[in-house]
Amino acid sequence: MDLSQLFSDPVGFVRDLLVQLLASLGLADSAINVILAAIGVVIIASFCLVLPLFLIWFERRVVARMQDRIGPNRVGPQGALQTIADAIKLLIKEDITPIGADKLVYNAAPILSVIAVISMWAVVPFAVNILGTRLNVGALYIISVGSLGTLAIMMGGWSSNNKYALLGAFRTVAQLVSYEAPLLLSLLVPVILARSMDLGTIIEKQEVWFIVAAPVAALIFFATSVAEVGRTPFDLLEAESEIVAGFHIEYTGMKFGMFFVAEFLHAFTVGALTAVLFLGGWRGPGAEAYPLLGVLYFMFKAFAGYFLVILMRAALPRIRIDHMLDLNWKFLVPVSLAAIVLTLLGDKLIQTAGLESEWLRAGLLFLGNLVLVWVVYWFLSASARRMRAEEEGADDHASPGHDDHGASHEAHAVLPGDAGAHAAPAH
Amino acid sequence: MLNEWTFIGLFLLMGAIFPGVPILLNSLILGPKKNNPVKNSPYECGIETVGDTWVQFKVQYYIFALVFVIFDVETIFLFPFAVAFDQVALFMVVEVVIFILILAGGLIYAWRKGALQWV
Repeated sequence: MDLSQLFSDPVGFVRDLLVQLLASLGLADSAINVILAAIGVVIIASFCLVLPLFLIWFERRVVARMQDRIGPNRVGPQGALQTIADAIKLLIKEDITPIGADKLVYNAAPILSVIAVISMWAVVPFAVNILGTRLNVGALYIISVGSLGTLAIMMGGWSSNNKYALLGAFRTVAQLVSYEAPLLLSLLVPVILARSMDLGTIIEKQEVWFIVAAPVAALIFFATSVAEVGRTPFDLLEAESEIVAGFHIEYTGMKFGMFFVAEFLHAFTVGALTAVLFLGGWRGPGAEAYPLLGVLYFMFKAFAGYFLVILMRAALPRIRIDHMLDLNWKFLVPVSLAAIVLTLLGDKLIQTAGLESEWLRAGLLFLGNLVLVWVVYWFLSASARRMRAEEEGADDHASPGHDDHGASHEAHAVLPGDAGAHAAPAH
Repeated sequence: MLNEWTFIGLFLLMGAIFPGVPILLNSLILGPKKNNPVKNSPYECGIETVGDTWVQFKVQYYIFALVFVIFDVETIFLFPFAVAFDQVALFMVVEVVIFILILAGGLIYAWRKGALQWV
């Protein structure tokens, strides 16, 4: 037993100890494996469920600061125990099932939403050898269990026997299902660059972070992931000023709490996945020799992403449903398709030309991305100009939304060549 | 391989147990149970609901779901290709680009047909 292994491979160290202990009890090898897996599952799952206690407090403090308030600061140091107090309050609330609700689906929905988020962490690598498990289809696994969350929201909205909840479920279909298309497309780009769906391999291949080689895909991945969480500016499914609370309107007590936990954990997972796929995960100086340092780097990057999600929530207003869908289908999907084509052709051409340097590849692809951004910008401004000319020609009223900012929003609706088919929206 | 999926299976199981326990604790033991028909009626800002909740879907939602299915299935085909990227030659990449262009053609068709127009 070598103590230096404690630093180079802490999980392996503990595992070896446990294997010896269990073997001395006379257990079979397969039983030992299952027990070890169960211990790993309990550790990661408890991490995932304890983390939101901190995240909720953190987010409330940050949003409060953005809104010139103080936020929770009474329970515990700086209010850090506020969430625990809230959890206890939720535990002793009455559990109400509305009349006419589909009981089985109604009760299964909050559990499923937590399952969907927690299971993603089964394959997220915290450091070089600190991870749940290595799946060779990790990226697809993340997408598939992530879409279970959509199903949970739909189930909750549909089964509540409430019209507001049903409206929330309708919007879920429109929003979450739509945004899954560019999410999947932009996820393809790091998979191409790494030639692997295994998240561990994706990180190992990032000598140069993939955000350099694929900034457009990184942005699209981040934006669509935020939409998948249902966060502002994409919180149409629980828009409190329109449909009260959307899909979880009838949920009380801990069932509501579980939806809440799932949402916050999912928001953090967005940051974590962006870190894994585009920001090099646990990569950093000394991370391979000392995995615990890698965990630190990874958490720092994940929190940076999460912080950005919070800032977006605090700063941006809710987007209108037709703009939301236009942004998705007429902007994000075509641009992510273009990014895939660019990466496919660019990477293959660089490979065929025999340029093996990682930095050279990343630099060339970055230049390609710049060209892509410029072309997209040109398309948008051309169509914005055309739309403005059309609207000014159609009627003379100048609505205040039609400054540059409004025009760039409208621009998502129409690209050149679409002028005839697309009627200008009536204001 | 089997071991990995055992882990995933255990994870899904644990993912159900962890939220299940506090929910059961709340609804069976700790929470008060003082139901009455008014409290259990669906919330609609104080007004009694009229008619059936489960109304017909707007057809628009189906169209978006259909376009999504097309994109999702087509994209799944690209993932194995991306994994085998080192083994394919340039002309195969061009073939896949043509495949993506056909996909984009489908998007443009849906666009021109007005399927992506929220009404």
